[in-house]
Amino acid sequence: MAGHSTYVPQSAGAKWLESRLPVISLIRGSFVDFPTPKNLNYWWTFGGILAVMLVAQILTGVVLVMHYTPSTAAAFDSVEHIMRDVNFGWMLRYLHANGASMFFIAVYIHIFRGMYYGSYKAPREISWILGVIIFLIMMGTAFMGYVLPWGQMSFWGATVITNLFSAIPLVGEAIRTWLWGGFAVDNPTLNRFFSLHYLLPFMLVGIVILHVWAFHTTGNNNPTGVQPKSKQDTVPFHPYYTIKDLFAIIVFMILFSWFAFYAPNYMGHPDNYIEANPMVTPAHIVPEWYFLPFYAILRAIPDKLGGVLAMFGAIAVLFILPWLDTSKVRSGSYRPLFKQFFWLFAICAVALGYLGAMPAEGIYVILSRIFTAYYFAHFLIILPLLGLLEKPLPLPASISEAVLKGGSGKPAGAVAAPEIK
Amino acid sequence: MAHTDTAEPTRREFLYIATGAAGVVGAGALAWPFIDQMNPDASALALASIEVDVAAVEEGQSITVQWRGKPVFIRYRNADEIESANSVPIGDLPDPEARNSNLPEGAEATDVNRSAEGKEPWLVMVGICTHLGCVPLGESGDFGGWFCPCHGSHYDTAGRIRKGPAPENLLIPPFEFVSDTTIKIG
Amino acid sequence: MSTMIKMVRVLTAAAALAVAAPAFAAGEGPHVERQSWSFAGPFGTFDRAQLQRGFKIYREVCSSCHSLRLVKFRNLAEEGGLGYSEDQVKAIAAEYTVEDGPDDAGDMFERPAVSSDAFPSPFPNENAARASNGGAYPPDFSLLAKARAAHRGFPWFVFDAFTQYQELGPDYIYGLLTGYEEAPEGVEVPAGKYYNPHYLSGNAIGMAPPLSDELVEYEDGTPETLEQYSKDVSAFMMWAAEPHMEARKKIGFRVMVFLIFFAGLLYFTKKKLWKNVEH
Repeated sequence: MAGHSTYVPQSAGAKWLESRLPVISLIRGSFVDFPTPKNLNYWWTFGGILAVMLVAQILTGVVLVMHYTPSTAAAFDSVEHIMRDVNFGWMLRYLHANGASMFFIAVYIHIFRGMYYGSYKAPREISWILGVIIFLIMMGTAFMGYVLPWGQMSFWGATVITNLFSAIPLVGEAIRTWLWGGFAVDNPTLNRFFSLHYLLPFMLVGIVILHVWAFHTTGNNNPTGVQPKSKQDTVPFHPYYTIKDLFAIIVFMILFSWFAFYAPNYMGHPDNYIEANPMVTPAHIVPEWYFLPFYAILRAIPDKLGGVLAMFGAIAVLFILPWLDTSKVRSGSYRPLFKQFFWLFAICAVALGYLGAMPAEGIYVILSRIFTAYYFAHFLIILPLLGLLEKPLPLPASISEAVLKGGSGKPAGAVAAPEIK
Repeated sequence: MAHTDTAEPTRREFLYIATGAAGVVGAGALAWPFIDQMNPDASALALASIEVDVAAVEEGQSITVQWRGKPVFIRYRNADEIESANSVPIGDLPDPEARNSNLPEGAEATDVNRSAEGKEPWLVMVGICTHLGCVPLGESGDFGGWFCPCHGSHYDTAGRIRKGPAPENLLIPPFEFVSDTTIKIG
Repeated sequence: MSTMIKMVRVLTAAAALAVAAPAFAAGEGPHVERQSWSFAGPFGTFDRAQLQRGFKIYREVCSSCHSLRLVKFRNLAEEGGLGYSEDQVKAIAAEYTVEDGPDDAGDMFERPAVSSDAFPSPFPNENAARASNGGAYPPDFSLLAKARAAHRGFPWFVFDAFTQYQELGPDYIYGLLTGYEEAPEGVEVPAGKYYNPHYLSGNAIGMAPPLSDELVEYEDGTPETLEQYSKDVSAFMMWAAEPHMEARKKIGFRVMVFLIFFAGLLYFTKKKLWKNVEH
C-alpha cells in the first residue's frame, strides 16, 4: 500500500515521525497517491458509502449507549426515554435504526456490483471472502441490535433465530441454552446481545481494513475487468475518487435522511412499539427486511435441520463463488449470457425477499421452493457451466482503449485474450 | 490541466472554497446533536422540587435530605451558633458573598442573609464542599460548623468558608417555608 | 454511465414484473380508509386545538381504562406539545393523584401530581386491568399510534416509501372507533365482545363502543360527533407516540436543503476535477 507513495517528508517534524512510524506515507499510499483505474463507475462508490455508514453507526451507537439500559425491566422504557427526553435523542435513535437499513441497502448493491463485474475472481478472492465475513458479522450485529429495544419483534425474533441452533443434531439443545443463558430469551440473553452488539462493529472495522488492504495489493477491479496496463489507465485516488465518492456519499445521505426524518418507522415493524411479552406471540413474525431472502429460504425447506442448513448454505456458497465461476473473463459486460443470468438471479433474490415477508402458506411456499432451488442452481450449476459454454465478447486491450471507444461498448477487432492466467 | 486562462482559476477557486465551506458547516451542524445529547435531558431539567417535613427537628439538630441527587443539610441552630456567626465581621470572611439562591447575586454573607427568611435559626444548604465536591461533616472543624475531611476546609456555623482550600461558602438552594414545619426545596 | 442506465432499466423492468405479479396480499387484515391529517407529509404540523380536544376526550373517556404511562404532564407544555402554558399544565397535573414515597415512616403516600410526573395509570398492573375488563387488557396509549398498522401489501408499501405515508396508526384507530356496527347474520359475537370489522385481530373486540355523538362537550364549537371525536383522539394519540414529530420534520427539511445544495456543489467540483480525464 505504502509502496505507491512518492512521499518524501519535508518538515523536520514529518521526518521525525516518518522514521519512527511511517503513517503519513501509508495513508498517502493508500488513499492519496494510490493508482486507481480511471473508469470506475458510480457502482464503485458504494465501498466508500459503506465505510461512512459503518462509522456513522458506531458514532450514533456509542452515544445511544450513554442513555440505554440493557435490562429486560428497563430497556424498552430507556429507548422511549431517548425518544422523548434526551436532547436530539429521537434523531440519534432514528439515524441508528434507519442507518442499519441503509447499511444493508449499500452492502447489497456492493455485493451485486462485485458479482456483476467479477470482482471475486483471481486475484481478488481474499478480498471477496473477507467481504462475505463482513456481511456475516453485519447480519449478526444487526440481529442483536434489533433485540435491544426489547419490543415484541425484538423478543420473538431473538427467540426464533436462537431456536435455529437447536436444529443441530445432538448438541443443538445445549447450544441454544448456552446462547440464552437460561431456558428462554431473558435478561442474560439481552445483556450478552448488548455486549456483542457493541463489540462486533469494532471487529468489523478491523476486517474492513484487511478487506481494503487485500484489494489495494491486487489493485481495484474495474468495469472492463482488464487490469490496468499503463499509467494512462489509472488516476491517483485523491482528488479524483475522494471527490467522486464524497459526491455519492452525500447523495446517499439524501436517501438516508428521507427515511430518518420523514418516514422513520417505514422499515420498522409496528409490533416493536409494544413491549416484549414472553406469553404472547405476534400474529406474524417477520424479520427486518434485509434478512427476508434468507428467511424465505429457511421456511422453504419442510425440515427443521434442512431449513437451517439451506439458510446458512445460502451464505456459505458465497465463500466458494470465486471457484464456482469458471469463466476466464471477469466483467459481466463482456459475457452476454452471464448478464442475463445475473439479472435473473437479482430478480430471484428480490422475489425471495418478498416471499420472506408473506405468510408461509399456499402459493407462497411453492414459490419459495422454486426460487430457493434457483438460488442454489445459479451458483452450483449455472455459473460453472456458463464459463465453459459461453462465448465472451472480445475484450479491450486496455482500460484506455475501452474508454476511448465509449464506455463498456463493443470494441471491434480486439483480441479476446483471457485475462486470468 | 494544461489549459488555463485568466478568468478560469478564480471561478474554479470560488467553487472549491464554496464546497469546502459547505462541508465545514455541515460537519459542524452534524456534530451538535452528538454533543448536546450529553447535556441534562428534559426529565433531569424538570426534576421535581421536594417538600421536607421538619416538625421533628429539635433545636441543635440537623437532618440531611436528598435533592437533585445531592445532599441538602437542614439545621435548626441554637442561640450560641447564631451569635458566633454574627460576631464575625464580613471583612474577615474569605468569601464575603451570601451565595444564597433566594437573594440577589452579590448579597453580603451576613448570618441573616445565609439563614431562612424570617427564621434565622434555620439553615438550609447544599451539603457539597465548594472545593472539590466532597460532603462535609457536621458539628466539627475549628469553627464548630462543618469540616470537609477530603482537603481540610473549615466552615462556620453559618456554613461560610473560614479556613482551607474551598473558595466559596456552602451554596444555599432555592427554598421556602411553605408552612411552619414544611420546607419546599427547589 | 451506459451500464448504469442499463442496470436501472433492468431494475425498473424487475419492479414492473413484480407489480404485474398477482396481488396475493390483498384482503389481509381490515380495510383502513385514509384520513387527512394536519400532521401528514413533510411539512405537517399538529393542529393544537385538535390535540387539546383529543386530550379532553382522553381525560374524560379513555383514561378510565387506558394508561398513558410514558407521557409526562410537562410534555403538554413543551415545544411541539399541546400549546398549554406551564401554569395550565400545573393546574391539570394537580387534578391527578399519584403515589409517592416511601415517607420517613416507610409508608407510601398519595399526593397531587406535579408537571414532572407521568400520567397515572387507571390500574395498578396488568392483572388488575384484565380483572376489571372481562379479561381484556386495555393497551397503554403512549405508543399505540405507532404500534398499530394494518398490513399494506404489495405494491402499496412501495408507494408508501415515496409518499412518506406514516399515518397508518391514526388511520387505523379512527377506523376502529368509527367502525362498530351490528353483527351481520350468521356471525356469532361472544358474550362481552362487540362486533367491529375494523379490528386488527378478528371481528370481535372487548371494548364497548367508547365514543358516541355529544358525549364530550367541546368549547370551541367543533361538531360534537363520533367522527370528530375519533379524529381528535387519534391525532392526540399520534402526538403522544411521537411528541417530537414537528421538530423532526423541521430539522429534516433543513437537512434536505443543505444536502441537496452540498451535493450540487460537489457535483460541479467533481466535474471540474475530472474535466481532462477520459473516463
